[in-house]
Amino acid sequence: MSITLSVNGSSHQVDVPDDMPLLWVLRDVIGLTGTKFGCGIGQCGACTVHLDGQAVRACLTPVSTVGSGKITTIEGLSDDNSHPVQRAWIQEDVPQCGYCQSGQIMSAAALLAGTATPSDADIDRAMKGNICRCGTYQRIRKAIHTAADLAGKEA
Amino acid sequence: MAWTEEGADSVWANLVSGDLAHLADGPGVRASDGLSRRDFVRVAGAAGAGLVLAVSIPGCSPADRTGGGPGGGAKGAFAPNAWIRIGTDGEVTFVVDRSEMGQGVTTALPMMLAEELEVPLDDVHFEFAPAAKEYFNRIFGSQGTGGSTSVRAAWKPLRKAGAAARMMLVSAAARKWNVDASTCTAANGKVSDGAGHSATYGELAEAAANETPPEDPPLKDPKDFTILGKRHPRLDTPFKTNGSAVFGIDVRPDGVLIGGVERSPVYGGKVKSLDESKAMQVPGVHKVVNLGDRVGVVAEHYWAAAKGREALQVEWDEGPWADQSSEKIAATLRRLGQKPGAVARNDGDTDAALRKAGSRVHEATFDLPYLAHACMEPMNATAHVRADGCDVWAPTQFQTATQQTAGKLAGVDPSKVRVHTTYLGGGFGRRAMQDFIADAVLLSKAAGAPVKAVWSREDATRHDGYRPANHHVLRAALDGSGHPVAWSHRVVAPSITRVFSGQPLKNGLDSEAVEGAVGMPYAIPNVQVDYHDAEVGVPVWFWRSVNNSFNGMVVECMIDELAHLAGKDPYRYRHDLLADKPVHRRVLDLAADKAGWGRRLPAGRAHGIAVFESFNSHVAQVAEVSIEKGKPRVHRVMAAVDCGPVVNPSIIEAQVQSAIVYGLTAALYGDITIENGRCQQGNFNDYLMLRIDEMPEVEVHVVMDSDAEQGGMGEPGLPPIAPAVCNALRALTGKPIRKLPIHV
Repeated sequence: MSITLSVNGSSHQVDVPDDMPLLWVLRDVIGLTGTKFGCGIGQCGACTVHLDGQAVRACLTPVSTVGSGKITTIEGLSDDNSHPVQRAWIQEDVPQCGYCQSGQIMSAAALLAGTATPSDADIDRAMKGNICRCGTYQRIRKAIHTAADLAGKEA
Repeated sequence: MAWTEEGADSVWANLVSGDLAHLADGPGVRASDGLSRRDFVRVAGAAGAGLVLAVSIPGCSPADRTGGGPGGGAKGAFAPNAWIRIGTDGEVTFVVDRSEMGQGVTTALPMMLAEELEVPLDDVHFEFAPAAKEYFNRIFGSQGTGGSTSVRAAWKPLRKAGAAARMMLVSAAARKWNVDASTCTAANGKVSDGAGHSATYGELAEAAANETPPEDPPLKDPKDFTILGKRHPRLDTPFKTNGSAVFGIDVRPDGVLIGGVERSPVYGGKVKSLDESKAMQVPGVHKVVNLGDRVGVVAEHYWAAAKGREALQVEWDEGPWADQSSEKIAATLRRLGQKPGAVARNDGDTDAALRKAGSRVHEATFDLPYLAHACMEPMNATAHVRADGCDVWAPTQFQTATQQTAGKLAGVDPSKVRVHTTYLGGGFGRRAMQDFIADAVLLSKAAGAPVKAVWSREDATRHDGYRPANHHVLRAALDGSGHPVAWSHRVVAPSITRVFSGQPLKNGLDSEAVEGAVGMPYAIPNVQVDYHDAEVGVPVWFWRSVNNSFNGMVVECMIDELAHLAGKDPYRYRHDLLADKPVHRRVLDLAADKAGWGRRLPAGRAHGIAVFESFNSHVAQVAEVSIEKGKPRVHRVMAAVDCGPVVNPSIIEAQVQSAIVYGLTAALYGDITIENGRCQQGNFNDYLMLRIDEMPEVEVHVVMDSDAEQGGMGEPGLPPIAPAVCNALRALTGKPIRKLPIHV
């Protein structure tokens, strides 16, 4: 089927099966590879993107259900690594292999959009769907607090 | 089930798919590779390119260890394996001959270079080296990344190369200004003299290329370091926060198709019959390829390939291991554990000492499971096979084997294979295997187009090379004062060395499989360690910290049990038995001190301690543990590390946290089980990972200014965590933990 998707503020017309997960449309058809494949069953969070501002797992989102929803991927979070979460990630030197970090950052950005100063319990709830095999969790937690501070100073 | 050559062949042939035997058959640097002292660095620059230096990094080669200095020997061809380019614009490019899989090598190595070259670290740009003879990792005798070797191999030669480049720039400046070189100083990417001359490295680069590299440039006194030993952000971070870092799975050459591969559910099985008609009807599927022991589907995108795989009708000849099970494997290992094995260490007369102790011998058996690597990035590679050669883009830890595998399968000379190393989404040893490379090459050859072969998570879990399951029989005797007088450790574990080398073990001993058991550090007069290999039809491979991951657990839990029997404090007991092991003792004391060993903890919590040396580094950990809802909960881990000279404390801290998460995940959850010859786990819903809400607070204390030999840092943080946690649980419950994953 032919579908028009709004991704990072641009419109993309794609001709794909309607049950095809958004993840593979983004990666293999549109060519936005920042969103990662980890498990395909919504267990690891590597494919997290924003759909109308909400964090969703792109691997479990059939492209036909997206409709006119606005999709934001890691590439669209900012043009220049300037989103408070990205700045905090750089400041705290979070990534190791880096593979899961797009999903971690998108989950963290969605958390902060709804909860300006999250508690550790809020962070656990929002982030426990994102697996990191390198074990960067401690720095992720710190970076989310840092991002909250950075965003607070801008507000 | 007994070990058979045929069985092994059928299991391993499709895993390795490359002629690797010769790569494992000896130390990396042979005598003929020896270089003269002046040959460790050479000018390699073409006119107009600025200054390009080719560097040879002998590193931890036997020649270097025996004090031969860079190159060590007298003669042989110059074999550079790193490049430093200083452009006329002053940009410094360092070609890194290692894979970046999270361990921070693309930061640690440039730090060494920048320190001696006298440039700000931010001005150094790195590139991954293509596979070529020039880039051989000298420890392995082939280009690859593993064994926590990267920093150790580069520590001296790379700093020397930086110093040589700096001296050549200074010398060029002195010549230009007609002053004595001793009046010139280099700092911040510039050379200046006391008389008002100043020039940037970029301005001097061309001229410096005409200077002769100094034979043995002196290195900075560590007290003058401004970069090394300091926390510095990783250079690759900005690419990993905006989605721009290119991992293997992100490679998209023009016209690339996506391949999915269906493998026999039983290891070593083969395709008996294939009906591809339904798969070919799936929209987007281009081709179905019968590869004999697996079936590939080539399609427009991953989703079509996945749907095509579902529509395949394959009947498998499941081979000799179709009735294998975890229960049978455990029985095989236990049976082997009842008879003497190949002796790996023999101090005193352990049998006699144990006989003398009679009924007072303390015996314990330990059983640890198969473990999958579970790299976040599923296995994948992209290949473009052409008549005149082959390109491979891959997240590989073993470029030489990738080149050979691709050459062999593509039917081209390995020199015509260009290997482009991408970022690796986790490695942990798994990406030294070549099975995923073979998929891409064979499918590209069949499709006549570039193909990216992408594994599903289930493929990656069910077709791993696993950390071997293992069984241990420990027997120890204490004297009247509670000191151990005899220690016998029998290790039963399928040999990774045998698989990697493709050769039978010499005298039945795999000296790697007993690493950490042979190194049991406590002062005990009678010690025996012996070993049994076992071929049970399940693929095994290097997994983070390899055999140390189980031997560390066993040794450190057993010594805790002995302390308990002796009525001694487990920290003091270890401390007293480590009088001859100052580095062990240093980290043990540091961890205990920082954790406040012996202090009162909140109700329901206990401390457990462990100390272990691996890859030349020493790590001690104290875990603070409770039991919540029938499950262990690790609240805090205090880690103390001595890795010799420190490059970047921030990366060391991250690596120790990482190793703790990796090891704790295994201790709490890791369990690959086999039934009807099939791996029973597939994805993160049944092969569980530690998540952020279970992350202990980890504090890492690094011994600075250590006099110890330089050690690796990618793996040594792992072995102590499982025993530290298990020992805390024993303190809480009174019951020793001798089986992983932990059940309390």
